[in-house]
Parts: sequence; C-alpha cells; structure tokens
Amino acid sequence: MKPARFEYHVVRKVDEALALLAEHGDEAKVLAGGQSLVPLLNFGLAAPAHLVDLNRIEDLAYVRRQEGVLHVGAMTRQATLEASGVVARHWPLLIAALKLVAHPQIRNRGTVGGSLAHADPAAELPVAGAALDARFHVRSTRGARTLTWSELFVTHLTTALEPDELLVDIEVPPLPPGTGWAFAEFSRRHGDFGLGGAAALVTADGDVCREVRIALLGAGATPVRATEAERSLAGGRVDERSAAKAGRLAVEGIRPPGDLHGSAEYRRDLIEAMVRRALLDAAARVRR
Amino acid sequence: MGDRLSVTLDINGDPYEREVEPRLLLSDFIRHEAGLTGTHVGCEHGVCGACTVQLDGRPVRSCLMFAAQAEGHRIRTVEALADGVDGALHPLQQAFHESHGLQCGFCTPGFLLSIEPQLADVPDWDDEQIRAALAGNLCRCTGYQDIVTSVRLAAARMQGDEA
Repeated sequence: MKPARFEYHVVRKVDEALALLAEHGDEAKVLAGGQSLVPLLNFGLAAPAHLVDLNRIEDLAYVRRQEGVLHVGAMTRQATLEASGVVARHWPLLIAALKLVAHPQIRNRGTVGGSLAHADPAAELPVAGAALDARFHVRSTRGARTLTWSELFVTHLTTALEPDELLVDIEVPPLPPGTGWAFAEFSRRHGDFGLGGAAALVTADGDVCREVRIALLGAGATPVRATEAERSLAGGRVDERSAAKAGRLAVEGIRPPGDLHGSAEYRRDLIEAMVRRALLDAAARVRR
Repeated sequence: MGDRLSVTLDINGDPYEREVEPRLLLSDFIRHEAGLTGTHVGCEHGVCGACTVQLDGRPVRSCLMFAAQAEGHRIRTVEALADGVDGALHPLQQAFHESHGLQCGFCTPGFLLSIEPQLADVPDWDDEQIRAALAGNLCRCTGYQDIVTSVRLAAARMQGDEA
C-alpha cells in the first residue's frame, strides 16, 4: 500500500461531492480517472486527508451535441469521447488530440475533466480546449460559474478552480464550415508527454483564410494561443512560406521548460516546426 | 481515518469478499488478497503496463485504481486466459510460447491482457499498428520483435478458427 492514509468518500450525486468539498476545502482532493492523481499518491507527492471519488456519479458521464454545441460531462472517459461519432464528425481535432493522450489503457480509465483540471501544459486536452475556445462549467455549493480556457489555466498544474469547486461540464462551440484541423506533436516514445506540439484550425473560403487558430503544447506554464501567428495568416493563404513565418511568430516570446528530455532552445525549435506542420496539415483538410 | 471497508470484487467470475483499507490498490488486492499472482507489479505509477488487467473487458492499469473502486465491475486477469478445465493455453499464450514472445516473463501478463480484446482486429493491421497497440507495455528482454510476431501468429490462428 503505497498511498498515505486518507478518508475515502464515494458519492453518487454532484451535490454530495460539492458538500464534501465545501466541508473539507483544500484538505480534500477529487478522484476522477486517477491516471495522474494515483501516481502522485503512490509516489507520496500528494497526501490529501480526504479523497472524494467521482467515479460513481453517472450524471457526469455524457457526450451530447445540442444546437450545434458539444457538451462533455467531466467524468466522461477519454476512450468514450475518442469513440464518439458525433465528435469525429464535428470536432475531429478532439479525436486527434485524444489519440495522443498516453496509451489506450490510460484512456480507458482517464477522464476528460480530470485531464483538464490537472492542467499539465504538456497534455493534449488543455491545448485542444484552447484551440477550440472551450468553456468550462464549474459548480460549488456557492453557485455556478463558467470559465474560458484562458481563465481556467493559471499555471503549471494549477487552475482557477477554488478548493470547493468542481468542473462538471466542458462546452465546445461549433466550428465554422470549411475548417481544417491538425494536432502535431513530438515525443521520444509513443504515448509519452509531447516535448512540443501545436493544434491548428484553419477556416478558409477557397484558398483565403478567414480564421486561423493555433494553440501550443509545452510552450510555457499553460496552453498558449499564438495570436500574432494567427493574425499573420488571416486574409491570406496557408502555404509553405506563410506557415513557416507563422511558426517563427508563434515561438517569439514563449518560454518552454528545459530539462534532460530536451533543452528550452530545442523545444522552441520543435514547437516552431510543429506549428508549421499543423498549419499545412489543417489547410490540406479544409473541405473545398 | 483509514477505516476498513468491506468490498466484494468479481475477479474472473469468482467473488472475493475482503475487509480492506480504501488506499489498497487494485493490483495489491489481486495479488495479496485474492492470491492471484499472475498480475505483476512493476513501476506502480502507470508507466510499465505489467499490472494491466481488464475492467469490464477493457485493459486498465490495476496500480492506478483502488480495490474499492472495482466493486460492481468485472475484473479479468491472466489466470482467466488458459482453459480452466484442461489447462490448455489460450492461443495468445501458446503463440508467445512458440514465438519467443517472452524471456523472463515479467511483463507478459500485461501484454496478453492489453492485446487480447483486439485480436480480431490484428489481421487487418500493419506492424506499426500492432506496435502502437502494445506501446503501453514495456518489455526489457525481447526487443518487442518476437512479441509482434506472437501477436500476429495468435491473431491468424484465431481468425482461422472462426473461418
């Protein structure tokens, strides 16, 4: 038994979870899929006094498209979202991102909300959320609020969620017609965290880009949107030259971490290349 | 703190009722409470894949869940693969045996449980796809080459049986 002792709370309703979080505050941790939290417990890096297990809350596991908007319950398994035909048809970027999340064995258990609330800047779902302008519905006994991706992700492994708040629903707006998508990432071994990556969405009429969105993976303490690079492409076309320029613009001012897996300089160059690759792939997928 | 819970887990169709601490990992329940030591424990943080079991038919890491969480689910371990009556190996195990898909065998149960649900798809896959499906399991002996060969052999035999 590696984890330190904790008091274990199994809840079946969101309100029960919220009441426990209100009572125990930062003494409590919520247990979603456990694919990030349980390693931390096994290592002794986290030792919460209370663990609130959300896995029996059936109301939080769903994938729905309502009036063109996608709603995903926070406890939806990553593998469930990955297998969703509705998501494949309307938000294929999400499928591309999910396929890069660790391994199938992890995605069978890992949840969409858990990965987002863990807020690792090298994780794929937060980056996809940033590219897709996702909104995050949060509840507590004090009420409900909705956060944009830039409000949610504060820094490395830190979100704007208060200790008594629970992420319950992820909302993804529809993509405009004529939008191509790509998620490019490089990791040393299959299934590892990416050393750098980029998600791109290119909306175009013929060759002319109406809107381009670029989100960077591993570029800093949170997912980052490369707004300068996005602007450089609006009204123009995505080709080798403009994509290379966008790659250069995207990495201006980013501060990727450096460690034994790759220096900051290497990661910066890598992200530049991933932006270029994602843009060209996304542009090639625009339906004409 | 640390109150014990009574849990009943369904492992390979058999019920195991035990009093456990909530922090007991499923992997430890399977080995130490149920005595099913075919499930191996390597890294205990979800990287190596040795502890992979099937939860309701899907491969998961048994070191990344608590035993109490598995109540109400069907757990399947490597002990369920061989024929319970005559002990004949599952075609996948037989293929690993014949094609040298293992040396020390420590990682093998995880590999078997990871790939077994997908064997019907394997005949349509190229080696790249087989390797991607196995990427969540680490092996330090074989260099993976013979594992890919074993999986391909098992899938071909099982497809042959169905035809």
